[in-house]
Amino acid sequence: MTLLAAIGAAVLAWIAALGRFTIFVADTLSHIIRPPFYGAAFGRSLIQIGYFSLPVVGLTALFTGGALALQIYAGGTRFSAEAVVPQIVAIGMVRELGPVLVGLMIAARVTSSIAAEIATMKVTEQIDALLTLSTHPMKYLTVPRVLAATLVMPILVAVGDTIGILGGYIVSTQRLGFNAASYIQNTVDFLEVKDIISSLVKGAVFGFIAALVGCYYGMGADRGAIGVGRATKGAVVAASVLILAANFFLTEAFFNT
Amino acid sequence: MIKIAGLHKALGGKPVLQGVDLQIGKGESCVIIGGSGAGKSVLIKCILGLMTPDGGTITINDAPRTRDFMDDIGMLFQGGALFDSLPVWQNVGFKLLRGADKAQARDIAITKLAQVGLTPDIADRYPSELSGGMLKRVGLARAIAADPKVIFFDEPTTGLDPIMAGVINDLIRQVVADLGVTAVTITHDISSVHAIADKVAMLHDGVIRWIGPKAEIATATDPYLKQFILGSSDGPIRSRW
Repeated sequence: MTLLAAIGAAVLAWIAALGRFTIFVADTLSHIIRPPFYGAAFGRSLIQIGYFSLPVVGLTALFTGGALALQIYAGGTRFSAEAVVPQIVAIGMVRELGPVLVGLMIAARVTSSIAAEIATMKVTEQIDALLTLSTHPMKYLTVPRVLAATLVMPILVAVGDTIGILGGYIVSTQRLGFNAASYIQNTVDFLEVKDIISSLVKGAVFGFIAALVGCYYGMGADRGAIGVGRATKGAVVAASVLILAANFFLTEAFFNT
Repeated sequence: MIKIAGLHKALGGKPVLQGVDLQIGKGESCVIIGGSGAGKSVLIKCILGLMTPDGGTITINDAPRTRDFMDDIGMLFQGGALFDSLPVWQNVGFKLLRGADKAQARDIAITKLAQVGLTPDIADRYPSELSGGMLKRVGLARAIAADPKVIFFDEPTTGLDPIMAGVINDLIRQVVADLGVTAVTITHDISSVHAIADKVAMLHDGVIRWIGPKAEIATATDPYLKQFILGSSDGPIRSRW
């Protein structure tokens, strides 16, 4: 009976959390389309999320593209298919690794930062202060971050895809002996518009998830330093899992034949 | 006039406010005293609408409080609650930045900083670069920046040395008198009571235990009030561990 009660309590808590998150999403969407809009806060978020994420996105994509080329080459030599390295690197980076790695990097860098910042504001009464200054926290804190992440993530993913392919190109031409011109030609010929669109759409969805989850956990933080830590940890875990789950469903939607 | 009637609020199933009745007249400076955990902060948050009461009514000038009430108030938070990411002048001029242009908001912010004894050179500093006393002053400047009709002060002298506490108390008294605003202060600092109050209300066990003009505190016979004013451990108020 105790076990059953514990399972029941856990299920109820999960349903309640899902309900709270759904209301938070609906609230955010409703505030996106209603004035006032905070342009300066949006601009700051664009720079924080987009510009300052470029180094980590670039480095991650570069090394992953390089490693991917090495792996495909090593695997391909087993059945004399090493020539497919450019095609597989391109499709692998653009369809899957680019968006997912950038999404996870953003979850680590941006979701954690948003959750910690807003949670700290919550426990130091800065959110209450916003309300006393006739400013809705959803409009001032959540909307600019969610909008900025949703708009800037496709650009980051495009950069990640390109640098990832560049990583594969460098390794393939400098280390594996591929011809540079034919490598580029094979890459361009093999990629389809649908691959690129799917990559950018995934980026936008992952950006929306990363920022929204960070804001949700930050706004819901308990009091004290432990509350900030818990919110940050929960936000990164939830955002990462949601990004991977969303990736599966988007892949299914785009490429299910 | 702020009128509170039969206000109830429980937190985590534990009753905090159990029928608070209080009236604060226009232009009056009311100081609400009470021990730690008495529910002073909860009361002020209910008045502001930051918490939803479980029962009772709060009316402003005989009408239910609306969202517009926030346009008429200023608030000095216990820890300052300044926005870390903004420089001092943008903190002070936060409310003004939506209506006035940036240069005008900055000018007003610097004027308000001067009103609380701060020089223009701190306008471009960030809150993390300021001392506790300066943070309180900037918080006070922010509270008065938009010329509010009611100002709330949450433990304005907590964490300050006695001299700085005296300076802040004097500033509050001066600002309230200059602007002719209604002031609601919560504190357990008796020096603040003497410096700021016209009227004193003591909150204990979730109700207003004693209320009266500041002048009557010295002659009051209520044992709870007497013990609190004297700071004695001997009396009906038991410390909560």
